[in-house]
Amino acid sequence: MVDVRSGIGEPLPPPEVEDVELYHPHSWWTRYVFSQDAKIIAIQYATTAIAIGMVALVLSWLMRLQLGFPGTFDFIDADAYYQFITMHGMIMVIYLLTALFLGGFGNYLIPLMVGARDMVFPYANMLSYWIYLLAVLVLVASFFAPGGPTGAGWTLYPPQAVLSGTPGGKDWGIILMLASLIIFIIGFTMGGLNYVVTVLQGRARGMTLMRLPLTVWGIFTATVMALLAFPALFVACVMMLFDRLLGTSFFMPAIVEMGEQLQHGGGSPILFQHLFWFFGHPEVYIVALPAFGIVSDLISTHARKNIFGYRMMVWAIVIIGGLSFIVWAHHMYVSGMNPYFGFFFATTTLIIAVPTAIKVYNWVLTLWRGNIHLTLPMLFALGFIVTFVNGGLTGLFLGNVVVDVPLSDTMFVVAHFHMVMGVAPIMVIFGAIYHWYPKITGRMLNEALGQIHFWVTFLGAYLIFFPMHYVGLVGVPRRYYELGEMAFVQESVHTLNAFISVMALIVGAAQIVFLFNLAWSLRHGREAGGNPWRATTLEWQTPETPPPHGNWGRELPVVYRWAYDYSVPGAAEDFIPQNQPTPGRMSHEAVS
Amino acid sequence: MAVVFALVLLAAGSVLFHLLSPWWWTPIASNWNYIDNTIIITFWITGIAFTAVVLFMAYCVLRFRHRPGNTAAYEPENRKLEGWLATSTTLGVAAMLAPGLFVWNQFITVPEGATEVEVVGQQWLWSYRLPGADGRLGTSETRDITPENTLGLNRNDAASLDDLIIEGGELHLPIGKPVKMLLRSVDVLHDFYVPEFRAKMDMVPGMVTYFWLTPTRTGTFEILCAELCGVGHPQMRGTVVVDTEEDYQAWLAEQQSFSQLSASSETKPAATIAAAAAR
Repeated sequence: MVDVRSGIGEPLPPPEVEDVELYHPHSWWTRYVFSQDAKIIAIQYATTAIAIGMVALVLSWLMRLQLGFPGTFDFIDADAYYQFITMHGMIMVIYLLTALFLGGFGNYLIPLMVGARDMVFPYANMLSYWIYLLAVLVLVASFFAPGGPTGAGWTLYPPQAVLSGTPGGKDWGIILMLASLIIFIIGFTMGGLNYVVTVLQGRARGMTLMRLPLTVWGIFTATVMALLAFPALFVACVMMLFDRLLGTSFFMPAIVEMGEQLQHGGGSPILFQHLFWFFGHPEVYIVALPAFGIVSDLISTHARKNIFGYRMMVWAIVIIGGLSFIVWAHHMYVSGMNPYFGFFFATTTLIIAVPTAIKVYNWVLTLWRGNIHLTLPMLFALGFIVTFVNGGLTGLFLGNVVVDVPLSDTMFVVAHFHMVMGVAPIMVIFGAIYHWYPKITGRMLNEALGQIHFWVTFLGAYLIFFPMHYVGLVGVPRRYYELGEMAFVQESVHTLNAFISVMALIVGAAQIVFLFNLAWSLRHGREAGGNPWRATTLEWQTPETPPPHGNWGRELPVVYRWAYDYSVPGAAEDFIPQNQPTPGRMSHEAVS
Repeated sequence: MAVVFALVLLAAGSVLFHLLSPWWWTPIASNWNYIDNTIIITFWITGIAFTAVVLFMAYCVLRFRHRPGNTAAYEPENRKLEGWLATSTTLGVAAMLAPGLFVWNQFITVPEGATEVEVVGQQWLWSYRLPGADGRLGTSETRDITPENTLGLNRNDAASLDDLIIEGGELHLPIGKPVKMLLRSVDVLHDFYVPEFRAKMDMVPGMVTYFWLTPTRTGTFEILCAELCGVGHPQMRGTVVVDTEEDYQAWLAEQQSFSQLSASSETKPAATIAAAAAR
């Protein structure tokens, strides 16, 4: 059996790549705006993602106002409602979660955690952000375009997405949405290549792949997946744009729209769904794997215990990443595709539950016999496990083809995916921000505000989405502007809907506390020092905090051990940094 | 300690909510109670897993929370434990997948002799077509749709002429007889969804999809559209009535065939006007 801490005491391999001279900015503009420093780019990505995420938050308030109190708010008509849900979904999945995990955390953490001075292609990395910003601006422009943004649902299913019965279908909305996605993918590809090559080629001496922190494994695997999955969305967007603008018929069969024969013919709406979900399902894991990685490190650090089953965790990430490419059609059980696909996709989907469950076991087994510090990152990590387990288990309903039939397209699905890829990854994002904010700014976030933020967000979000499953179980369909009269829906369902809406308003408002904390602590937070959590990974061992351009000063770090030497018996401290040669003595950087 | 309390409360609260909640599926009206049973099995397995994980976390936080002098154990791996957990998870998953696939096989295997009924979706109303005396549906084509022939039936197909067409009205089905619902759309995606039947399937322009069921109790049920089809999506409602055999035959006798409707085609079908008005 291989020791997970392999190679301690073995002679270090010689450096494979010479330390290269970085581009050094000469002006304020190139230092802070058109910066090629991954850390600045990370902050730019994160700020933009959170800003557009606030738009999505407000949209969710508006749609919940309509669902909880139908008919009360005149300005939310059916068109507006569908525009709100569409933009909310697309912003959250692509422009917030994907951008924040990969562009934000990926940029900040990869070079620091692998012991590099920067990403390997800093110029392309800079372009990646500015192209992402352009994509966001094009998306926002659709709010102001004639006809407003598209209301096709975030899945953008043709033919309705490009027809007049859908808001924005025959106006600018759908065109700007597709254009924005195309731009996003171009920008992402530039960043994504950076993350992959930096992990493969930019690691410090001694940082073998099996010594990488799980955060890096999660982001790395997700990026590889994104580079393979986004092209499917890219071609789907280009084809739909052609259908809309040039009159082609990739996704358009013969159609009679409102009594009028259209000029289309021969295309397949289901082809779009295959392309969309070939991207869309890996996308779930593109968001989830970085969260898996980050939460592993949060739990290990704050429980002062090595992550349980590190190698199993790495392989689970890789296997989940691979399997997630052959499960896509579980989103299409009732799409009208060949029903025999159901056997294959239900089987692959339920198989993916096994490595996922192993990850959950290893997180809770890391807590077991740990020394659990209930810090804010730990609280959010616990919140993640609860919501992720809940959402993952309801996935076993929807993945099991025949069980999906009655539940598909009901509020059960909405509750499921919000719990598993909304609440759970966002819990990790919050935990990660509370964890790394001291490294990014040199100051701690305020504890009291953080406690308020955690409890309202965690319990509130659970109270929103747990009961919502039961609304779906009753049979209430999703994407209904209003339920109107439905004989099978009891009056109490409407009361429950109103309760969910009130909770959504409260949880949304709690995020203002968080934003205030981010701003306030920048100047008034407690000084953090270099390594306030007494963590082992390299980013906490930088000579200066916040780390300057180039990260490491004169000498690149050398790595002697895996990322999880917490509470090693006989060691002087309950953590041994990765760059410390012998267990007994503290390296000078590690002392905060 | 607040964390331990919250976790226990959350696990217990979720279980109690599930047991006491008045929100449960509507009484079934088809043969698909197998689906309901598979859901119940899944609820049990997942419910136990969820409660176990959350309570174990609560125990860990209670027992292993930081207190002065505490140290964590150092245990990088435990092959035996990991193997045991992986095996039991695989078994649990198999226990849900096996009945699921078994029932799916039934779901997609239409019994011999099932009556065919066609449902046609358009923004935002339902139409239906039943076979005439010949017992089979004629061919149809979206390209053939005109204001007089709103379902695009093939006038040159003898089988089409006696097909019964119901536009904007109720669909009736006889109790106890398997029905194959043939689903067609003329414009965008729709989804034929009757909560009491449990079954649903998308309707896709350019192709014919299907599912089958046997109605098991008489009554009047709502048809909803379950695939976003534009701003009128929530208003796209219909009614299906499950009748006894006599009632069904009486209703069937009142319906008009394609050739009868074509003969009186100078009066524009109400459905087309309704569609234009909805727009």
